[in-house]
Amino acid sequence: MNAEALFLSLRLAATVSFLLLVLALPLAYGLAFSTWRGKFLVESVVALPLVLPPTVLGFYALVAMGPRGPLGKIWQSLFGHSLAFTFAGLVLASMLYSLPFAVQPLVASFESLDRRLLDASAVLGASRARTFLRVILPLAWPGVLTALVLSFAHTLGEFGVVLMVGGNLPGITRTVSIDIYDRVQALDYAAAHQTALLLLLVSFVVLAIVYGVNRRVWSPWLAK
Amino acid sequence: MLSVQIRKQFRSNARQPFLLDITATFAPGFTVLFGPSGAGKSTLLDCIAGLQQPDSGEIRLGEESFFDAAGALSLPPQRRELAYVFQSLALFPHLSVEQNIRYGLDKLTLSEQTERSNGIARTFRIGNLLTRRPTELSGGEKQRVALARSLITRPRVLLLDEPLTGLDSALRRSILEDLRAWYAANRIPILYVTHNREEVDAIGERVVTLANGRVQESGAPGAILDAPRSIELAHAAGFENVLPAIVVEHRSTDGVMRVSLDHAACEIEIPLGDGEPGSEVRVAIRAGDILISTQAPHFLSARNILPGIVESLETRGTMVAIRVKAGAIFQVHVTPGAVRALDLSPGLLVWLVIKTHSCHLVR
Repeated sequence: MNAEALFLSLRLAATVSFLLLVLALPLAYGLAFSTWRGKFLVESVVALPLVLPPTVLGFYALVAMGPRGPLGKIWQSLFGHSLAFTFAGLVLASMLYSLPFAVQPLVASFESLDRRLLDASAVLGASRARTFLRVILPLAWPGVLTALVLSFAHTLGEFGVVLMVGGNLPGITRTVSIDIYDRVQALDYAAAHQTALLLLLVSFVVLAIVYGVNRRVWSPWLAK
Repeated sequence: MLSVQIRKQFRSNARQPFLLDITATFAPGFTVLFGPSGAGKSTLLDCIAGLQQPDSGEIRLGEESFFDAAGALSLPPQRRELAYVFQSLALFPHLSVEQNIRYGLDKLTLSEQTERSNGIARTFRIGNLLTRRPTELSGGEKQRVALARSLITRPRVLLLDEPLTGLDSALRRSILEDLRAWYAANRIPILYVTHNREEVDAIGERVVTLANGRVQESGAPGAILDAPRSIELAHAAGFENVLPAIVVEHRSTDGVMRVSLDHAACEIEIPLGDGEPGSEVRVAIRAGDILISTQAPHFLSARNILPGIVESLETRGTMVAIRVKAGAIFQVHVTPGAVRALDLSPGLLVWLVIKTHSCHLVR
């Protein structure tokens, strides 16, 4: 088994799920509580990665991160090297790819909260931030956990986006799923099987945690 | 003095557009907001609290403006410094009772918080519950905690949306007494939404009746609720006696029909209504519309004179509720003076006198 690839995948998944949570919390808050009419547009954009082929997503991510892409240019001027085919580039693309898996469980759990609790908090003088920290987050924690775990698992198993954006650089962008693909190409079925089985088990455990914690929150496809 | 003059149109509402159009002032003291569900009572409270925005008008407390559509001003709920106890109570389920009641005090020092929470816990008799979670409380305890959590902030207005629903009347009275004790030291406007007639009588300084988003009447509770203007209000006002009955016969020429109550234990005459002979109906009679006599009455125009036995007497403020078994069980409300004059006591043989048109056929 390729420990380097496994370690890279775990590091990627951990980084992505943490950063994604930071991004998804305010986004989900807005989607759950805003009364803005154009909200459905944001919801559609957030859900896009669910239906887009990873190659399409990966392709546009690659173009944006390339030396002539908008993201690539900014990155180049800040850090002096290109964003594509780096770990950071992989993190960015993976965040995009796993975005709905972080946002939708959060939106679902925020929307299931009793609005009167939030009203009560406001009438008692609590600011929105205090209401969020003292009422919303503690009550929506199964949704937070689900978002974390699902984006972790989803990032761990991604393939198409990594291949498009990251290429196949050992220790930098060669993740477990790429490694499996390589082994199969090389007809090394035994090694491929070892890694694939591990990934299967990890995914199962992760989903078991999600369902065990709360069966209502998990429904990124049917949220609402 | 809280003054409200607002309009709010609901278009998206399921069946028909609903217009809330309220002009009212609320002086310090209890004002009961009374009306059928859907009359706009909770929406009015939400607007006063700042949880919903009216389309136009203004809401002011004394000189301070909470909402002014003309001046494009709407104070957020956090800055209105009022208290609002919801029908659902909305206790924070993940916090202990003590954390719940201290929730609105985060700007005070810890010692001030402790002082206030001890004080309010005494007033509402919840000192022994402080470490519990809301799920471990009984209905009455939850209501006390919700009141304590709201009142600990020393609000300038208190909004109560059916806070005592689902409690038995003894518990309700005991909580109301605690609330009155609190009010004695904190004279602020208190808006109390209910459609329980008994609560109205227990609180009753002033009643404002609402129906279809508008104020119908305001004044003393007795004057308004005993002659309600609309059918909805009459139903909401509640009749103390609602008795199952079976239609015996129609006397169409007299415009009346006879019904038997409680498995034919007695028969009364009521105004002619729907219901073929033999069909089951219900008859509603206000407890205050029934007369009591200690001698068999003669020469009366009233058509229903039923002998019965006094079962119990219960004094409620300035009114005595008497239960009389006269075939069915009747609730009769009389004044304490009447009880003294007639020397009413349990076991006494009495006659109930009910006018035909005091009996209402209800569905």
